[in-house]
Amino acid sequence: MLLSLIIFVPLLGALGILLFVETDESARKTAFGVSLADLFLTLLLLARFDTSTSQMQFVKQAPWIPSFGIQYYIGVDGISVLMIFLTALLSAVAILSSWTAITDRVKEYTLALLVLQTGILGVFAALDFFLFYVFWEVMLIPMVLLIGIWGSEGKRTILGRWEMESRIYAALKFFLYTLAGSLLMLVAIISLYFTHQKITGGELTFDILRLIQSAHRYNPDFQFWVFLAFFLAFAIKVPLFPFHTWLPDAHVEAPTAGSVILAGVLLKMGAYGFLRICLPLLPQATKQFAPLIITLAVIAIIYGALVAMVQPDLKKLIAYSSVSHMGFVMLGLFAFTQQGIEGAILQMFNHGTITGALFLIVGLIYERTHTRLIADFGGLSKSLPVYAAFFGIFTFASLGLPGLGGFIGEFLILVGTFRVKPTVAVLAAVGVILSAAYMLWMFQRVMLGEITHPRNRELIDLNLREMATLVPLLILVFWVGIYPNTFLQFLHASVGHLIHQLGVSSEAHQMIQTAFK
Amino acid sequence: METMLWVIPALPLLASIVTILGGKRWIREKSHWLPCIGVGISFLLSLITFFQVWNRGTLHQVLYSWISSGDFQVNLTLQVDPLTAVMVVVVSGVSFLIHIYSIGYMHGDEGYHRFFSFISLFTFSMLMLVLSADFLLLYVFWEAVGLCSYLLIGHWYYKKSAADAGKKAFIVNRVGDFGFGLGVMLLFTTFGTLDYQTIFSRSGEFVGKTFPMFGIEFDLLTLTCLLLFMGAIGKSAQFPLHVWLPDAMEGPTPVSALIHAATMVTAGVYLVARCYPLYNLAPKALFIVALIGGFTVFFAATIGLVQNDIKRVLAYSTISQLGYMFMALGVGAYVAAIFHLVTHAFFKALLFLASGSVIHALGGEQDMRNMGGLKDKIPGTYWAFLIGALALAGIPPLAGFWSKDEILMGTFKAGYYVLWILGSATAFMTAFYIFRLIFMTFFGDFRGRHGVEHPIHESPPVMLYPLTVLAILSIFAGWMLGFPPEHGFIHTFLAPTLAETQGTAPLPETTEGGAGLMFFSILVAALGILTAWMFYVKRPEMPVRFAETYPSTYDWLLHKYWFDEIYDTLFVNPTKQFANFLWQGFDDSVIDGVINGIARGIDVMSAKLRRLQSGYLQQYALSMVIGVIVILGIYLLIV
Repeated sequence: MLLSLIIFVPLLGALGILLFVETDESARKTAFGVSLADLFLTLLLLARFDTSTSQMQFVKQAPWIPSFGIQYYIGVDGISVLMIFLTALLSAVAILSSWTAITDRVKEYTLALLVLQTGILGVFAALDFFLFYVFWEVMLIPMVLLIGIWGSEGKRTILGRWEMESRIYAALKFFLYTLAGSLLMLVAIISLYFTHQKITGGELTFDILRLIQSAHRYNPDFQFWVFLAFFLAFAIKVPLFPFHTWLPDAHVEAPTAGSVILAGVLLKMGAYGFLRICLPLLPQATKQFAPLIITLAVIAIIYGALVAMVQPDLKKLIAYSSVSHMGFVMLGLFAFTQQGIEGAILQMFNHGTITGALFLIVGLIYERTHTRLIADFGGLSKSLPVYAAFFGIFTFASLGLPGLGGFIGEFLILVGTFRVKPTVAVLAAVGVILSAAYMLWMFQRVMLGEITHPRNRELIDLNLREMATLVPLLILVFWVGIYPNTFLQFLHASVGHLIHQLGVSSEAHQMIQTAFK
Repeated sequence: METMLWVIPALPLLASIVTILGGKRWIREKSHWLPCIGVGISFLLSLITFFQVWNRGTLHQVLYSWISSGDFQVNLTLQVDPLTAVMVVVVSGVSFLIHIYSIGYMHGDEGYHRFFSFISLFTFSMLMLVLSADFLLLYVFWEAVGLCSYLLIGHWYYKKSAADAGKKAFIVNRVGDFGFGLGVMLLFTTFGTLDYQTIFSRSGEFVGKTFPMFGIEFDLLTLTCLLLFMGAIGKSAQFPLHVWLPDAMEGPTPVSALIHAATMVTAGVYLVARCYPLYNLAPKALFIVALIGGFTVFFAATIGLVQNDIKRVLAYSTISQLGYMFMALGVGAYVAAIFHLVTHAFFKALLFLASGSVIHALGGEQDMRNMGGLKDKIPGTYWAFLIGALALAGIPPLAGFWSKDEILMGTFKAGYYVLWILGSATAFMTAFYIFRLIFMTFFGDFRGRHGVEHPIHESPPVMLYPLTVLAILSIFAGWMLGFPPEHGFIHTFLAPTLAETQGTAPLPETTEGGAGLMFFSILVAALGILTAWMFYVKRPEMPVRFAETYPSTYDWLLHKYWFDEIYDTLFVNPTKQFANFLWQGFDDSVIDGVINGIARGIDVMSAKLRRLQSGYLQQYALSMVIGVIVILGIYLLIV
């Protein structure tokens, strides 16, 4: 019941706002209240979560469309519970951050955010493929609207032919990319559905866990094609190089809250898809594809970092840095070691808090100056000391400074990779040098030096509401850095089980043994 | 005391946090109080710990389990063995003196609270670095001191040069840490733990084992040692990663003294000394340590000969002196390296603080060409500087003489004659450049602008007291710790750590020929001072003529062998160009070209299908259902 409540409280809140709320102010307040209530419920969920088992918990199972074997089936394990907490937290932060930034169609805006929240939470909790797909698509629409309606101003020309609002271009690009992926996923789901029926002799089910139980019975060819379809759907979402070009556009055009949700949780859905579906359901194909995905991940790490380095726009810079960081996540997942996968999940969480915060930080300065171009800043520390402190801390968290969250995830991923594929880890570690270069260079050009533009002298430092959006993220960044076990303990059982399902634990061990001749 | 070890680093941390949070609004000009008290108590506790270790041996304290993931387990463990005991006392002691000095030096600075908070944070990080009993913790605080270095170099962040220097320091260090980090991972992969004791006691099992990377079979222990050494090269500013340290002089002078001379930059030396059980089993790695050290000794000193910025001379001197320590480590003279680390911490901190006093007196002037004749105007500073210079030059019985001589002797006895020649030649250059500095600054006539001459004043007592203490240490520490050579206090004190697992005893016990070598190095130092006197006091036209006779040599030295320019051309600019190409030439053109091309194709097609777009939701829903059925039908036909 608790889990269902968590998923649907935002939707109910949206309904309430739609029916009963008149003014912008009360829409904001109601939405924020609803998101806080939801956050409280997820804290309850965390507190009551049993970390000693890999079983699904808080399970709710009820027939939905029995004739097709479709159920309302939800539950969480250690992997999804952290994502659900992250989603609830960032949603609340997103609503609070748009208090003054969004003044147009506020009611509709809060509706979009709340529906989006339900969609995302549903994806992380669904254990029925049909339900999973419904939530996956539900979350797509409000996100497109957020970018297309509340996005930034400006026009661009595509292929020298069409001129359109650049936010519309970005929204379309995001929509088409994701839709292309999710249609492939639909095909994959349906073929799994029928194949499973054939294998088991008549049982029609979308139950993900049941389908996983037959994992070793799908023949390799079938696994290959199904994996390919899922791979495209999830790789676009992650986004993995070379499917990432929607991301910078979407981020640049989205309103701050949209960017926070997009980077903070939407990208995680791709990685989560690999974890929940590909690895346990298609173990053979997963291992078959691993070299390709690891290659793409390493390219993403270095490519994303290099391209981030030369971006003139702050949001684009952080968007490309996300490509690099998500490359680390993919690398960790496909290292198939306890440290690699735990590190990857922790890094998903960290990326949510750190990059979410960085987008908030860019949003704060955009609200004051209406520009995001690095060249328009310089020396801001002088007029905005509190802002500078927050910016500085999150900059260092992003470049993986020990003691802050980013380091733990990154290091676990690298250790987990190094012990089985040292060469890959060496290449990926180059990303650690590059991240220091692009983040510090950016920080210097924005915050340090003399104030180069006179109008930046008069900026007003953060107020309490703005600090309130950043402080929770700041606490989490320190918490993960100083005492990561709080978060890692959720993962041990589930990840151990996952590695068992993959059947690689013994192989990895052998590789270590044979590494020394 | 054993369970109270955590208090030593915790006090500076606490002081730092309170000061940064409350400094701007409430504590303001009293911001030095908490950090000074915190570090002061830490120093007293360090002394107590030191004597406990002396009496009872190594102390241990496990605080909590930090990271636990599968078989990857890291505990937050503190440990004080003799090596750490020496480091803890030096770090907290020198840090305390520099805290006191900074009260005067930073007085009235708008970032006063920020400065004290960060320098206290540095003290915490550095103490943790040496207290850690685990490689990952060592790595963590290794980066943490790098952060503090970044923050303090950029203390005057509104100066572009300062912001640049901080960034450069951090990124160059990251290059070294890249290797260090991989070394830590390799250690874990090999030993299944990162705990010092387990690793050092089991390292013997891995002699001769290989490790495959990039399709090449590397010797496991040599690879490990070299990767760790990469970190040391970065942090201790050895060739070829030395480029950040001279620029780091943009930070306030107390920072240069504490971080970039006495403590942080010696972390690399500490790392190699800490890992000597590994290095002992990897003679090739040790040889490279000696080589890098020996080359840096000489190379940095040559640059120091011609620099005009008073702090840059000292910076190159630091690089060179750190080179001596690595040379010592490389030839197996571990105690000599640590001994030199200690004495160097005293006399180099003294030199930096004295130079700060000079700069303070001249209202921020750092160019020695605008100094001169300050001997009588700021006599206290002069005497402090002179003592530091004599100690650095290696004049007995001052501190530097004992430790440097022991390094040179160790090098000679180990049979590294080329390195010994480089080291001795550098001893000459060292004496020359430091007395060039003395003569240019304190002798002759004042060459600065008249406006500056007027307010020249001696520094306040709060700055002179720390100078006095350091001067006393620079005079006496050498023979108190290291006399008689190879059998002094520091040798017996450090012996248990070094003897624990030391399989091969690298140093022969004989002191035969020692006296001759000792006499030789005194002669060399005296000759250096004499030459400087000739050049800068007796016949000041000599250096100019020298520069004119060998213009290209002079240019090479003045421009530091063009290393910054070479790195820009080889690494920085190509990376940026390549990144730009990837962005505009690949991301925007190729990938998006394909995507938008598909879109255009669909556009052409959809012109014909436009009739389907009726705007009726039911029709869309219907076509979706049909679509799914068609896809399913095809699928069922195939399977």
